[in-house]
Amino acid sequence: MDEKRLFRNPDLAKRIAEKISKLAPRDEPVKICHVCGTHEWTITHFGIRNMLPPTVEVIAGPGCPVCIVPASEIDEAVKIAEKDVTITCFGDMLRVPGSAMSLLDAKAKGADVRIIYSAGDAVKMAKKSRDRELVFFAIGFETTAPSTAVEMLSSPPRNLSFLVSHRVIPPAMKLLAEMKDLSLNGFIAPGHVSTVIGLEPYEVFPQEYGLPTVVAGFEPLDVLFGVYTILKQINEGKPRLENEYSRVVRREGNVKAQKLMKQVFSVADGKWRGLGTIAFSKLVLREEFTAYDARVKHEVRIAEGVDSHPGCMCHLIIVGKSKPNECPLFLKACRPEKPVGACMVGTEGTCRIWAKTINRQSRVIE
Amino acid sequence: MAMCLAILGKIVKINDSHAQVDFGEGVLREVNITLVEARVGDYVLVHAGYAIQVLEEKEALETLNLWDEILRSETEIE
Ligand code: SF4
Repeated sequence: MDEKRLFRNPDLAKRIAEKISKLAPRDEPVKICHVCGTHEWTITHFGIRNMLPPTVEVIAGPGCPVCIVPASEIDEAVKIAEKDVTITCFGDMLRVPGSAMSLLDAKAKGADVRIIYSAGDAVKMAKKSRDRELVFFAIGFETTAPSTAVEMLSSPPRNLSFLVSHRVIPPAMKLLAEMKDLSLNGFIAPGHVSTVIGLEPYEVFPQEYGLPTVVAGFEPLDVLFGVYTILKQINEGKPRLENEYSRVVRREGNVKAQKLMKQVFSVADGKWRGLGTIAFSKLVLREEFTAYDARVKHEVRIAEGVDSHPGCMCHLIIVGKSKPNECPLFLKACRPEKPVGACMVGTEGTCRIWAKTINRQSRVIE
Repeated sequence: MAMCLAILGKIVKINDSHAQVDFGEGVLREVNITLVEARVGDYVLVHAGYAIQVLEEKEALETLNLWDEILRSETEIE
């Protein structure tokens, strides 16, 4: 199956874009928010904003799991690393600024920080060096949390513990829906997170907030059709939840993944960098896994950290209130190879995506 | 590595909880398939080394036909 070819069909893209133009409001602009870094990549990479009429704006919400990890949790990882414990993490985490230091800085000072590609790699590594303490820095949304749960439930070696920083997306969407000064008109829900959680968690958005909500995939046609569907719902005055990504998203989601997550984690209030504390948005290990809790085992718990650095506008970028090119540091003091804020670090950070595709902003699907 | 990115690959071989997945252009990787019910030949969505869902090929083609139809029918109404 050639998904790329099928869902990048330029004819169909043009036809959808024409429909969007016809449906677009004349004066009152419409603001649609997505909450996934991969959506931002598709939109930026394929120049989708240039295919939309001026009254249809698509903004990027907090969809970068690396960018929203608060400095206090990076500080915890750094502190553990300083205790001569090996930290294993996804590559994107290395440069995320902590209050004073990133994990990369810690590594430069001699800490043992290793990049891995999956939770399973951390387990393998721990099995190979049983006489050494290892920590897996578990970050990510509902797409990643199930993999941590799989490993936790397969009796990992005792020299491995988990620094859990997983977050769940729907509570963050609620926060955005309630932001008066953001005044959203619709959501493009994150397709890959939805493969796990299913459709039910989004019902509240059309029902309670009157926001059209469409689960969309990550090819250009997916995004365009998502925008079209939202505009249609707005025109009809009938907000509802629709699933345009039925090729992988089922109504019930991935039931097994949900079950494993529930077995391993409970939900607590959690801090998001740039957003503050969001109720019931953080996954924490259940009591029976305390022996694997890195915060307990290595005695670190840091409540407060320095999330933003002077001049950085990440707190506005993360909710789509500002665009990267409105930040005075963008591509000047802050660049992908020398990031100032977290949004420039993660490959799914809005600033990073814009920096990497800046020359492509005017491109359209061809 | 992109964190919320998930990519499609085709299962070529299954070994218990792991599978060899073909991501095209000769890229074969080992993927944990604990979270899905998948068979050899299935396309799976893989995120950070774990398959998180199985793609329904039929559904993909039906979606495109449906979109085409929706766009057509609305042209007729106008
Ligand atoms: S360009 Fe850099 S400093 Fe400015 S908001 Fe983005 S990450 Fe922060």
